[in-house]
Amino acid sequence: MMRVRDLRKVYRTRFDDNLVLDGVSFDLAMGDRLGILGRNGAGKSTMIRLISGAERPTAGTIETSMSVSWPLAFGGAFQHQLTGFDNVAFISRVYRQDFERNIAFVEQFAELGPYLREPVMTYSSGMRARLAFAISMIIEFDCFLIDEISAVGDARFHDRCNYELFEKRGDRAMIIISHDAAYVRDHCNRWGVLHDGKLALYDDFEVAYADFKKLIGWKPPPGWMELQVSTA
Amino acid sequence: MASQVPQNAQDSAPPNTSYGRSLGESLSVQRRVIDALLRREMLTRYGRHNIGFMWLFVEPMIFTIGVTILWTSTKSIHGSDLPIVAFALTGYSSVLLWRNMPGRCIGALQANLPLMYHRNIKVGDIYTARLLLEFGGATISFTGLSVLLIAAEWMEPPDDVLKVFAGWLLITWFGCALAIGLGALSHMSELVDKLWHPFSYLLFPLSGAAFLVVALPQFAQDIVLWIPIVHGIEFVREGFFGSRARAIYDLGYLIPFNLVMSVVSLIALRYVSRRVVPE
Repeated sequence: MMRVRDLRKVYRTRFDDNLVLDGVSFDLAMGDRLGILGRNGAGKSTMIRLISGAERPTAGTIETSMSVSWPLAFGGAFQHQLTGFDNVAFISRVYRQDFERNIAFVEQFAELGPYLREPVMTYSSGMRARLAFAISMIIEFDCFLIDEISAVGDARFHDRCNYELFEKRGDRAMIIISHDAAYVRDHCNRWGVLHDGKLALYDDFEVAYADFKKLIGWKPPPGWMELQVSTA
Repeated sequence: MASQVPQNAQDSAPPNTSYGRSLGESLSVQRRVIDALLRREMLTRYGRHNIGFMWLFVEPMIFTIGVTILWTSTKSIHGSDLPIVAFALTGYSSVLLWRNMPGRCIGALQANLPLMYHRNIKVGDIYTARLLLEFGGATISFTGLSVLLIAAEWMEPPDDVLKVFAGWLLITWFGCALAIGLGALSHMSELVDKLWHPFSYLLFPLSGAAFLVVALPQFAQDIVLWIPIVHGIEFVREGFFGSRARAIYDLGYLIPFNLVMSVVSLIALRYVSRRVVPE
C-alpha cells in the first residue's frame, strides 16, 4: 500500500518559483495500475521522481510499505564507458542481487549477443532500451514506475516488455506515464489526469480521456470522423 | 498499513526515509553501495587495458619521481642540508593527497546524476568512493616509493613511522573535508570549478611542499603558518627526519581547522543532497 498526501513541488528558477505539483494525493494498492495523462510539462515525470525517492517533495508525504522501482525506461544509471556486463554487475551489487542469475536473464532478454561485453556508448538506442528494461526487470519490486516506455523499441520489444510487466508481474502496483492513450487504456485499471499541479482520479478511462481532451483544448480537426481511440 | 515493515527492507526503504532500517542494516547497505561505486569508478577511470587499475598508484608515482628528479637536478633551495630525495618525496606526495581529492570531487555529482535514481545511493557515497580511491592511490604511491628508495639507499628510513602515518592522516582529513565542501559547492556554482584550478596551483608553492618553514625569514613564517596544510606537511617531515630538521607546526591550529571545515562541508553536503535533481 502506498499513501501519497498533499505532495507539493516547487522548482526555483532564475526569475520566480515554478509550482509543479500543488497538493497531489492518492492511494495505491498491490494490483493497482494507475495510468497518468497530462500535457507536456504537467509534472508527470516530476511526480514519478518524487515517488521513486530520487527527489524530495517541497511538502507532503509518501508513505509506503512497498518497495518502489526507479523510473523504468530511463537509462538505469548506465555508465556509458562501461560494458552492459559491468552495468549489470553494478546494479546487482547495489541491490544485493544474484549476479549470475541476473546476467543470464539480461543475456536472454536483451538479445545483445557479443555487445553485452562492449561499452554501452557503442549501442544503438534500441539496444540501450533493451538493456535498460532488462536491468529494470532483474529486481523484483512491489511497485514499478514506468515513464513512457512505449516510446522506444520495436513491436517485438514492446510485446516482450508487456509480457514481463503485465503477465508475469500483473500482481504488482504500477504507475504508468504515457502520451500513448491507448497504451494507458489497455494496461491500466485506474487513471489520473494531471493538470495545473492537481491530480484528478478516475475509474473509467473514457471519462478520464474526455476530461483530458477538454483540458488540453483538443478540438476535432475538420473532417474528423468520430474515429477517436477505438475502445474495442 | 503504512506502518508495515517493508518485506525486503535491506533493498528498499520507503522513499525519503530510512525508517524500518536498523543502523547495522544501513551500514551494510552503505558498504555495499560504496563497494559497487569503487569498482565502477576504477573500471571507468582505468579500464581493463594495459596495466588497468595499477594506474591508480603508478600515475602519482610517475609524478613524484619526476618532481624528485627535477628538484634534485636543480638543487632546489629548500634551505637546509636535508637529503633532497626524501624532501621531495614527502612534499610532493602530500600535495598529491590534498590537491587531487578536491579535484576528483568537484563536478563528481554532476557526472553521476543518473545514480541519484537509485535511492540507496547517496551524494555522500559518490564522494566517499572517490576519496577512498584517491587516498588509496596516493598512499600506495607514497609507501611504495619510500620502500623502493630506502631499499636503494637513496633515502634513510623514517625516524618515526607512526608520526609520518599520523601526519599523513591529518593531511587526508584536510583533503577530504575540503573535497566534500568544494564538491558540494561546485554543484551550486560553477565558479568553484573555475577558481579551484588557479587556487590549487597557487597554493602548491605555499603549501610547504617545497620549503621548510624554519628556513624562511620570520615575516614569511608568520604568513605561511596561517595555511593549515603547512602544519600537516611539517608534521610528516618531523616524522621522517626526526631531529635532523626543526619542524614548526601547531596541531592546535590544524586539528580545529579540520574540524570546523568538516562541519561546514557536511552542512554543504546536506544542503545539496536535499536539493539534488537527477537529470
